[in-house]
Amino acid sequence: MDQSQITDRLKARFGERILSTYAMCGQEAVTILPADLVEVLTFLRDEPELRFNMLMDVGGVDYLGFGGDGEDEDEVRSHRFEIAYQMFSYDLRHRYRVKVAVKDESVEVPSLWEIWRGANWMEREVFDMFGIRFTGHPNLRRILNHDDFVGHPLRKDYPITKRQKLSRPIDHLLTDKQEWA
Amino acid sequence: MGLESQLDNPFLTTTIDTVVNWGRKYSMWPLPFGTACCAVEFMGVVGPKYDISRFGAELVRFSPRQADLLLVMGTVTQKMAPILKQIYDQMPQPKWVVSMGACASSGGFYDNYSVVQGIDEIIPVDIYVAGCPPTPENVIGAVYKLQQKISQEKVAAWR
Repeated sequence: MDQSQITDRLKARFGERILSTYAMCGQEAVTILPADLVEVLTFLRDEPELRFNMLMDVGGVDYLGFGGDGEDEDEVRSHRFEIAYQMFSYDLRHRYRVKVAVKDESVEVPSLWEIWRGANWMEREVFDMFGIRFTGHPNLRRILNHDDFVGHPLRKDYPITKRQKLSRPIDHLLTDKQEWA
Repeated sequence: MGLESQLDNPFLTTTIDTVVNWGRKYSMWPLPFGTACCAVEFMGVVGPKYDISRFGAELVRFSPRQADLLLVMGTVTQKMAPILKQIYDQMPQPKWVVSMGACASSGGFYDNYSVVQGIDEIIPVDIYVAGCPPTPENVIGAVYKLQQKISQEKVAAWR
């Protein structure tokens, strides 16, 4: 199915809850609010002509200080973060992207862990790098940086060369009960 | 070794130095601490074309307790740094460290929040190998230079 047809189906079903759409080179995306996330993605999964049964990736974007250069895509956004959910259908072999507009770090996004298990670590990465919290996540802690790290490095206001050393010995990791959820 | 502490005769000690260093430099047992692309380059070095076993460093041991040459190959992140220190501490003396590639020597082109800018912030390094990744001849050259360095060591210094 063409991605523009998928956008039309979503707009027909959700109407005003689609904040904006994006189309470039055959790839399309819609932007929604965090409250609608579970409903939109389960609609994409359950609809017989769409059948998006694989969540391929969850990635975050920080739009602090973005835009204003005059180009069309560079419009200034009212929200700071976006989380992009890349969907794929094994049966119908089509892809789609759903973007969630997160106003700032105080907004909590529902976790998709119960629907797609792969979202577990991907949401931990978004939390580690951007500081966006996910409600209902079983084990929301840092995954890529060490446990003593302070801050969220992929935000635009983190000084990229600031280094934080881990100076503690790591023997406690052998005896701590690790929750591998 | 406690033998040389009981011998006052310097002639005998220099002969012991020569023999012991000859044994150590021509039979180094590397521990490949490979984290990134340089490890794959090392796999090429131990392959048949650029054979490192010509120089004696053939027997790679993956346990630090059984190795004496620590080859750090690849990017070391801040999360990995205490693990590298622990591996180095677990090696018995005499031990040498070769920092292979740009990432291990200086952080490479990762000047950011997560990469250790050179493993000499954590462990003492004997030989640095430049390159991204270094050519296999470079790696063999590093082993050769390390052998020259070992041949000038004093056995008593390792106490």
